[in-house]
Amino acid sequence: MGISVDKALGVHQYALAMQVERSRVIAGNLANVDTPGYLARDYDFKTALKDVASGVANMSSQDRLPDADFSSDLRYRVPMQPSEDGNTSELGVEQTQFASNAMDFQTSLTFLNLTLGGIRKAIEGQ
Amino acid sequence: MAFNSIYEIAGSAMRAQTVRLNTVASNLANADSVAGSEQKAYHALKPVFATLYQSMDVSGGQTGPMLGNATVRVADLVQSDRNVDRRYEPNNPIADGKGFVYYSNVNVVEEMADMMSASRTFQSAADVITRTNSMQQSLLRLGQS
Repeated sequence: MGISVDKALGVHQYALAMQVERSRVIAGNLANVDTPGYLARDYDFKTALKDVASGVANMSSQDRLPDADFSSDLRYRVPMQPSEDGNTSELGVEQTQFASNAMDFQTSLTFLNLTLGGIRKAIEGQ
Repeated sequence: MAFNSIYEIAGSAMRAQTVRLNTVASNLANADSVAGSEQKAYHALKPVFATLYQSMDVSGGQTGPMLGNATVRVADLVQSDRNVDRRYEPNNPIADGKGFVYYSNVNVVEEMADMMSASRTFQSAADVITRTNSMQQSLLRLGQS
């Protein structure tokens, strides 16, 4: 019986890639917070990860994980207060999203670290 | 992993806000400048920001504005077209024939608000860099311990 590291790591490696992508998009929103007419964007994290999660759950131990592609889940942000210059990037909202995304990243990393620790223990037989 | 482009995006924001702070500094410095004619009077400078999308390849080979880095750049510096302040000061050595001098059209209150907004956005870009840095460092430690 072999250990499928891909399967053991599960959806968290995708979550990690997704969170880096997402922080890039939100960094763009934050950079353009004073640009007239800029339309803020964000990923639809739930649907993006749901597809991957069902794929991971159904795979056999021989399967390789497919490459993640979240590009179709990029959406435009609906502003809380529309501004006169058409900019939909709101400093407070974007900063909150960025901070919580960074926190989610750390959470995914912790899960991955724990899993890797478990696999190492299994290999070393302790 | 798109860490490098995050630094690029935050860097572009910091560059743009620095230009904005520079214009605020020149405007405030010249708030009380006097000139002998309306044309020569100091007109407040305002930067115009624009989004610069840099499309990038992803694993699927798709390229398009949807996947672009949204960096910001200073598209232009325009002069404020608000009326300059004309005052009657016949004793002023640079007054024109009718005894008028022309003060700049800088609105100090507006400039102060602009300065606060610029430094706030600059700060948030700096925070993005700090946080991205710590994300990258903890990713490097993955699997250790």
